[in-house]
Amino acid sequence: MKILAVDSSGLVASCAIAEDGVLCAEYTVSHKKTHSQTLMPMIAEICRMTELQMDTIDAIAVAGGPGSFTGLRIGSAAVKGMAEALGKPVVSVPTVDALAMNLFGCHDLIVPLMDARRNETYSGIYTFEGEELRVLKEQSAVPLEIMIAAVNEMDKPAVFLGDGVPVFKKQLSEQVKVPFIFAPASCNRQRAACVAVLAMKYFAGGKAEDAAEHAPEYLRVSQAEREKQMKCSGTAGV
Amino acid sequence: MAVGTMKETEKKDILILGIESSCDETAASVVRNGREVLSNVISSQIATHTVYGGVVPEIASRKHIEKINQVVREALKEASIGLKDLSAIGVTYGPGLVGPLLVGVSFAKGLSFASSVPLVGVHHIEGHIAANYIENKELEPPFPCLIVSGGHTHLVNVKDYGDFEILGRTMDDAAGEAFDKVARAIGLGYPGGPKIDAAAKAGDPEAIRFPRAKVTEHEYDFSFSGLKSAVLNYLNSCEMKNETWVQADVAASFQAAVVDVLVENSEKAILSLKAKRFAIAGGVASNSALREAIEAKCRAHGVEFYRPSPVLCTDNGAMIASAAYYEYRNGIRAGLDLNAVPNLKLGER
Repeated sequence: MKILAVDSSGLVASCAIAEDGVLCAEYTVSHKKTHSQTLMPMIAEICRMTELQMDTIDAIAVAGGPGSFTGLRIGSAAVKGMAEALGKPVVSVPTVDALAMNLFGCHDLIVPLMDARRNETYSGIYTFEGEELRVLKEQSAVPLEIMIAAVNEMDKPAVFLGDGVPVFKKQLSEQVKVPFIFAPASCNRQRAACVAVLAMKYFAGGKAEDAAEHAPEYLRVSQAEREKQMKCSGTAGV
Repeated sequence: MAVGTMKETEKKDILILGIESSCDETAASVVRNGREVLSNVISSQIATHTVYGGVVPEIASRKHIEKINQVVREALKEASIGLKDLSAIGVTYGPGLVGPLLVGVSFAKGLSFASSVPLVGVHHIEGHIAANYIENKELEPPFPCLIVSGGHTHLVNVKDYGDFEILGRTMDDAAGEAFDKVARAIGLGYPGGPKIDAAAKAGDPEAIRFPRAKVTEHEYDFSFSGLKSAVLNYLNSCEMKNETWVQADVAASFQAAVVDVLVENSEKAILSLKAKRFAIAGGVASNSALREAIEAKCRAHGVEFYRPSPVLCTDNGAMIASAAYYEYRNGIRAGLDLNAVPNLKLGER
């Protein structure tokens, strides 16, 4: 099975080609957020270097959210365009699940933290049972305090990773009651290889969608919708 | 943008897929040889944005990504062609709302890369101008053109295909923006253009004398924010004096003021360029009062008047495909690093 995978959910732009048990190529850049200019040339580069025949791909995978709204759409739109041209399905992988995949085999609590602004984090809690990634708390947009309380309640050692770690470091060190460590640079950010590996499982399990059906999972409504909802509930409450 | 060769395509028909997503329309179209529309699919979001009184960029971006494959698929199906039959894919990369633009640009780049069909980046306003080529097969540059829409008000001298000189532009609000704001103020709602046009038909355009703003330094430039304020002041003063105002009269009088200024500057351009032809384009070009006034002025000067039908005035993929055709013929290609440029200048490459 051959998968082309993309993750542009955060500051990192990453793409990878994986075939069965082999990572054929991965290109990951954590520099300025200019995904609209860099992502497609990066994809073209790994395809060229691996002499990839595009029609031999089984599916195209994407970190389907949460993440930066614009970043998610740049990745999803590019994937929808490629999938449309090739007539291949899209596999949407939850961004936070893919982040957790960085710590394969870890039996502690794996807690990816993405900076979601507005004092929230996109986060979830995971662990590995053998080779299987277990989701203990599904990815969601929540205040950091709720994640910390959930980790404390599970009462097991934890590993934190993600671009939320430098943002929340102080609160974590003050409020987390279980033993914890931070993942190092080699495995603490989005990587398309992780998206690809999870996508293979999804694809094998029939969880692929037509390119037309795919849209990012933002986990949040737009600001305009939020304000409108607040206004409606505000007047209703008076 | 790189310059390519076109030896291999010199003789056969050139089929171009145009993709447009700069505001609240997801659109795709296949056009043959720049002028013949084989399909023109438009998915409008107007109903979604109406409750917010205008286009919400984040919601628009989300809608674009939900619809873009279906719209492109339908355009190819209606044209009875496959991607491999295309000579190029044209996509709007500016000006417009950055989020919506990025969906079209990112999608088009993915489509182009995976199908090996060349990509051409298209300026949205150049697309509006090109809508006239579709409707009027005999029209060729040079000609001055007035482009009026929700986001743009430009008076342009179209010197050649891909060669534009901006004569004048709005210093503040776009004409369509003024329509939207006034429509909201007089209770007509969004979208303002068609609603004011309809309401004005029952009103007296001379009921209230709103100001016709002149920009003294640049004779072809426009300004509409003063007019918008004058309408709001008029409504306020009526309220203060406990007088009633008539919606249809305000609509008609406001519209007359906008049309007068647009026509006056257009006439100046026609005379100073000694133009034989004049064209209008953009969403507000569907406005019946504007069409009639400019047509009358053109007739008076013996100038041929060109305008696209309403479906090609609104944002659409066909105009993008047509503009892309002339860029393609000029050897212009976009790379995979093509970015959305929300404030892209006309004529910029």
